[in-house]
Amino acid sequence: MKQRRKIRKQKAHIAFVLNGEPCEVAFAPHKTLLEVLREDLNLTGTKHGCELGECGTCAVLLDGKPVLSCLVLGLDAEGREVTTVEGMQLPEGRLHPLQETFADLGAAQCGYCTPGFLLTALELLAKNPKPTREEIAQALSGNLCRCTGYIKIYEAVELAAAHMRGEKAEVAEEVVYGLKS
Amino acid sequence: MIPSAVAEIAGFCMQVTRTRDPPKSGRITATKPYPVHLMKNGSSKHLEVVGKPFRKVDASAKVTGQTKFADDIVLPRMLYCKILRSHVPHALIRKIDTSKAVAMPGVVAVITGKSLPIPYGILPVSQDEHALCLDKVRMIGDPVAAVAAIDEDAAFEAMNAIEVEYDPLPVISSIQDALRSPGSAHMDDNPSRTGGPQLAGENKEAWRIHGYGDHGNVHKMVALEFGDVEEGFKQADLIREDVFFYEGNTHLPMEQHAAVAQVDGDGKLCLWSSTQTPHYVHRALAKVLEMPASRIRVIATPNGGGFGGKSDPFPHEMIVSKLALLTGRPVKVTLTREEVFYCHRGRHPVLMWVKTGAKKDGAITAMHFRSFLDGGAYGSYGVASTYYTGALQTVTYKIPNYKFEGVRVFTNKPPCGPKRGHGTPQPRYALEVHLDKIAEQLRLDPVAIRKNHLVEPYSLTSNYLRVGSMGLAACIDKVVTASDFKNKFRNLPYGKGIGLACASYLSGAGLPIYWNHMPHSGVQLRLDRQGGVCVMCGSIDIGQGSDSVLAYIIAEVLGIDPFDIRVLTADTDLTPVDLGSYSSRVTLMTGNAALEAAERARDLLIRAVSEKMNIPATRLSLSGGRLFDVENPETSISFAEAVQIAEARFGTIGTVGSYTPPPSAGKYKGAGVGPSPAYSYDAAVAEVEVDPRTGIVRVERIWIAHDIGRAINPALTLGQVEGSVYMGLGEALMEEMSYRTNRNVVHKFPSLLEYKSPTTLEMCDVKTFLIEDPDPNGPFGAKEVGQGPLLPVPPAIANAVYDAVQVRIDEVPITPDKVLSAIQKRDEKQEDEGESANGGGTGITRGVEEPHRYGPKSVPEVDWPEPVRVKPPWDGGTGKEILREAVHARE
Ligand code: FES
Ligand code: FES
Repeated sequence: MKQRRKIRKQKAHIAFVLNGEPCEVAFAPHKTLLEVLREDLNLTGTKHGCELGECGTCAVLLDGKPVLSCLVLGLDAEGREVTTVEGMQLPEGRLHPLQETFADLGAAQCGYCTPGFLLTALELLAKNPKPTREEIAQALSGNLCRCTGYIKIYEAVELAAAHMRGEKAEVAEEVVYGLKS
Repeated sequence: MIPSAVAEIAGFCMQVTRTRDPPKSGRITATKPYPVHLMKNGSSKHLEVVGKPFRKVDASAKVTGQTKFADDIVLPRMLYCKILRSHVPHALIRKIDTSKAVAMPGVVAVITGKSLPIPYGILPVSQDEHALCLDKVRMIGDPVAAVAAIDEDAAFEAMNAIEVEYDPLPVISSIQDALRSPGSAHMDDNPSRTGGPQLAGENKEAWRIHGYGDHGNVHKMVALEFGDVEEGFKQADLIREDVFFYEGNTHLPMEQHAAVAQVDGDGKLCLWSSTQTPHYVHRALAKVLEMPASRIRVIATPNGGGFGGKSDPFPHEMIVSKLALLTGRPVKVTLTREEVFYCHRGRHPVLMWVKTGAKKDGAITAMHFRSFLDGGAYGSYGVASTYYTGALQTVTYKIPNYKFEGVRVFTNKPPCGPKRGHGTPQPRYALEVHLDKIAEQLRLDPVAIRKNHLVEPYSLTSNYLRVGSMGLAACIDKVVTASDFKNKFRNLPYGKGIGLACASYLSGAGLPIYWNHMPHSGVQLRLDRQGGVCVMCGSIDIGQGSDSVLAYIIAEVLGIDPFDIRVLTADTDLTPVDLGSYSSRVTLMTGNAALEAAERARDLLIRAVSEKMNIPATRLSLSGGRLFDVENPETSISFAEAVQIAEARFGTIGTVGSYTPPPSAGKYKGAGVGPSPAYSYDAAVAEVEVDPRTGIVRVERIWIAHDIGRAINPALTLGQVEGSVYMGLGEALMEEMSYRTNRNVVHKFPSLLEYKSPTTLEMCDVKTFLIEDPDPNGPFGAKEVGQGPLLPVPPAIANAVYDAVQVRIDEVPITPDKVLSAIQKRDEKQEDEGESANGGGTGITRGVEEPHRYGPKSVPEVDWPEPVRVKPPWDGGTGKEILREAVHARE
């Protein structure tokens, strides 16, 4: 008779707040938060470009602060609040102003870097509702984007910031049509 | 500000309030004063969608993280694949022992080259790759064995337990080594100079990376001559020679390549892959797996950036397919960032020599251009790349006599291939800097020397490229005026500089990769009786917005909202063939196919409604989601009602459209590379600040004007321009694939941190102008935008650096050490009064004081083949080569 295979429990089990909702998950204890989110919770909105802390693609908010989820152990999320791109939408599925302006201005080309940029920008606007272009560039300097040249991202963050301040902001014609002279 | 009516129609809500969900474009009405566009069938219509900054159809999915990239796919019972790669650059595989790996827990299958013995490659002439190396590895990173296991960790451990024994072979690490290696026509008598281990018995074959190609490690040599360059040089007032080097660099898409294969319930194989060319992957899989193509389905997932790096069929795609077939379970592979560096297929390092004869007014009388390409370990697109380094020199300024010689060699490095601009940024950099030097020598203004000698619109070049609309003069005017170039040039304080450069690029290659007479793009359209429209096309959205372009064009013709269209793309089971997202072909080719399909559908609706309502077809128009009588706009029906009438009349409403480029004018051997239905044009001015103490170059701003023909969507066009400028900036200042030549040509830094690419802090300000000079071959006149705007950026920066510190950096990237070294050399010389201040050394016109420079000093001696000779069109040429006998008879 075949011997029964011994299976040991190997997973860690934690509880934390994910996108405003309580969440419990079990995973191999060496996994990063990135892997736990993508592989154990199926939240594939968070992307990866290096898994070495070099590109910012995997940025999520941990207790409201941007972190590179590829450098955070899943275990470190225990009891804390994690926000991913899936948690950005407003009630009734409305897009967040940042998501609106990223979509409107073409700040997401391939869209692969976008979740990381959105969350980093979200935190920037939370602490600085009226950032200058230099402040935006500084805040986003840890996020790489190969498609946009960052210009449309700046413009989207600036426009969203204005919307979030309740201003009646309009897009300059050159942002969507180019310069005329 | 945008007038609010336009903004509303554009779905581009300017108000703060944001209540749209899902985001929709505003309703379209037919009475707005839009530019009239002549439709193909002669009827005219105001444009309602084309030319407006709509959102992309997939924008919401992208900003909410819902877009499913390849690595986001998870299937039940899925296995994970890891690929063992060679850690030696060139060796015979003596033995592979997989026994330990096979026995490890969680391992389901282990394969080696024996399981996939059939070679493949993107070009029919370079079928030189194996999914897993058979008997020989040619570079560090070459795949040798693969594992499928129940999770990634198990696969990784098992991969590391595979033992491979190698017999080292001599290593070829540079163009010079490759040209001189034993077996080559330019063989060096002393093989040990290349640093490889000395082999017993002088086995020449051991030095050869591939057993095919022109000779030795020379993959391909080409030589073409249009007109008579020697005769042209005789007419010149000035002859100048220069040597340049453009270092290789890589695409660096943020998404690593990934693929998932599954055998479906019906026994058919399905592969999801992050590829720009699902059709070519489909063909390669059928060949390598020896399966009928009808049993294979390839679905390209949205690419998280491509830039040309996902245009070849790749080993990992074959491997997971094979593993899925062997195990009966889905198998996924996601490459690590390091592996992406080994896949490469990026920019070829190119050494260039150019000799130009010019009249006093800057008119070029002849140009002779030579390029030496370091191809890396495989063929890839390399034969095409080689031709491309010589093809597009002729489409900007008139070059009546032109000669091109090119050679591509194999080296033991990751293979080079197509990267944004495919083979043209290197010669464009050389040409534009060379022209700047000529202008200075002739005391001409760099603007005038360019603008006064532009190729005529709607003309044939000496190498038989058919230029259509040509908006370069307008591009130059825009950037020169906006940047105040004329006042700043040579007038800025030391350390600040300004530079100009121009460029041109294809809107799709005129010829397919494998020889055939079929269309390059197909589109299928299905109209639902409830008003839905579904478009199917093989093209793949790599972030450039090709899905959206399909929707916009169809929406324009059918008078509906683009967001009401279902776009289904890049699925070889469901969508008609499109050759792929490369060579900037999609807007023009897929766009034309979509236009044809949509016009056919529109005609069906109009015919049926005309019959039913007894209104002449010429009076019916589709707009704002309705079909109405233009003479009596109150008489209208909804789009859905129109479809119902048509379906009742004709049956299910489906149409197809396809596009085949016009035949090329050149008929000579080698004429296949360069022709395109339309050429885009660019002019760029860069303003830089150079710190003479550190050599650090900071680009402050780039003004760029791009002749797009017509912008189908101006906002997305601007995004492509800005992204191209960004990538050009990276190539100009920092990006390089570099290897430790003395240590087995291992890649110096295969990581996102160490491979320097511009962050927000290095990116410059960009001021963009769109020039719309509609081209008759483009849909609504549209030409390309994805690649052309990269091309003028490196030379504009190089010219600006010279303006700033008066040293020439004839090598890209322009890193601080190079700038500093040139400045220091100059300053040393100036202190030493005994010596002349000539720092040239490029064999340029004697007696003229040359500025100091950093760059290559010479190019290797090569026995070039007898060129293919072609008479230019203005000399009675027919596009065919002059027969060899005739050539000799003449001599
Ligand atoms: S994936 Fe985390 S920083 Fe790159
Ligand atoms: S949009 Fe593609 S990487 Fe940023």
